[in-house]
Amino acid sequence: MMGQILAVITTDKERIAGGAPIFVETSKERMQQTAFTLEKILDAMVHEIREDTLIIVRHK
Amino acid sequence: MLKQLLANEFVFPITLGFIFGILCRIHLLRTDYRQYPTYPHGKIIHVSLGVIASALGALAVPALLKENYTAVTFLTVAAQQFRDVRNMERTTLSEIDKQELVPRGGPYIEGIAMVFEGRNYMVIFTSLVTTTATILFHWWGGVIAGLVALLISRKLRSGKTLSLIVNVEPAQLRVEGRDLYAGDVYIMNVGLQDAQKVIAEQGMAFILTPKDANSKVTIAHPGQRQAILHDVAAQLGVFTDTGEPSLTPLVKRDMHTGRLGVFLLPQVKDYDRAKTVIEAVPILESVFRMPEKTQALH
Repeated sequence: MMGQILAVITTDKERIAGGAPIFVETSKERMQQTAFTLEKILDAMVHEIREDTLIIVRHK
Repeated sequence: MLKQLLANEFVFPITLGFIFGILCRIHLLRTDYRQYPTYPHGKIIHVSLGVIASALGALAVPALLKENYTAVTFLTVAAQQFRDVRNMERTTLSEIDKQELVPRGGPYIEGIAMVFEGRNYMVIFTSLVTTTATILFHWWGGVIAGLVALLISRKLRSGKTLSLIVNVEPAQLRVEGRDLYAGDVYIMNVGLQDAQKVIAEQGMAFILTPKDANSKVTIAHPGQRQAILHDVAAQLGVFTDTGEPSLTPLVKRDMHTGRLGVFLLPQVKDYDRAKTVIEAVPILESVFRMPEKTQALH
């Protein structure tokens, strides 16, 4: 199963870099809302890496 | 014309074999919870192929007795023909599978396709045996042989189920923040709090413990695990939709013990029924392994 990171959502901009689009949010609630929206739009799953970072991954 | 036809010594044996062959196909053609073959056209296709198969089976021995030896090559045509049945079923089911919320998976489809091919050979066998017995022992011999062949094919109709090789135990579904566990088996990382809530409400967990080394290898196969998920979804519904990748039922393996952690999202949350469904999942023929038969152990 190949996974692909489609987006990163974080509240801690300093610790993120790289190729996928990065969404910087001010609070955890905002982060969850953005992740929810992106999950529905991209049809890809939300995973929590750290408390302040979510990634959207398309499996298979 | 009719008199001439009836004067042929083989008309009666062939007819009897033909009838028993068709009976065999109809007897083996059942639509259960899998809703496959579909009604009516899927059934029409398979009854028609069964008629062809039984005609081929019924004709083989009389053709030989008439010293028409080349007629046996017909049987090779038959084998070719029925291999195509398998292809046809595989293509259809794979196409459908692309759109399933919980797919059957390749090995399950292969198993179903194989059954369709095999049953046509059972039909040929039944009509062949019936015709031969009628020629050798008069009509009652044919009827007895036909009934015996029907019983044999009935016995071969259903394969084994999971209850033979695993113990199914309900387990606690734990949502610990982002981590999801079925009992003590880790399932997956769920990042969305919304999804975590739904899973905690609607999810169910089971632990499948293999009974021996053979079953440990068999249930480890991802195809067999997908078959479990599909069968539960087919019978108890599934609490998900397209565009909801977080709500995906999943089976994970505890690599140390070979046990399976099953995470389900059924529409109907009923542990007893889910247990019955899991126990009745067929063991996929092409996935079944028997490492205990190896010489390496001795």
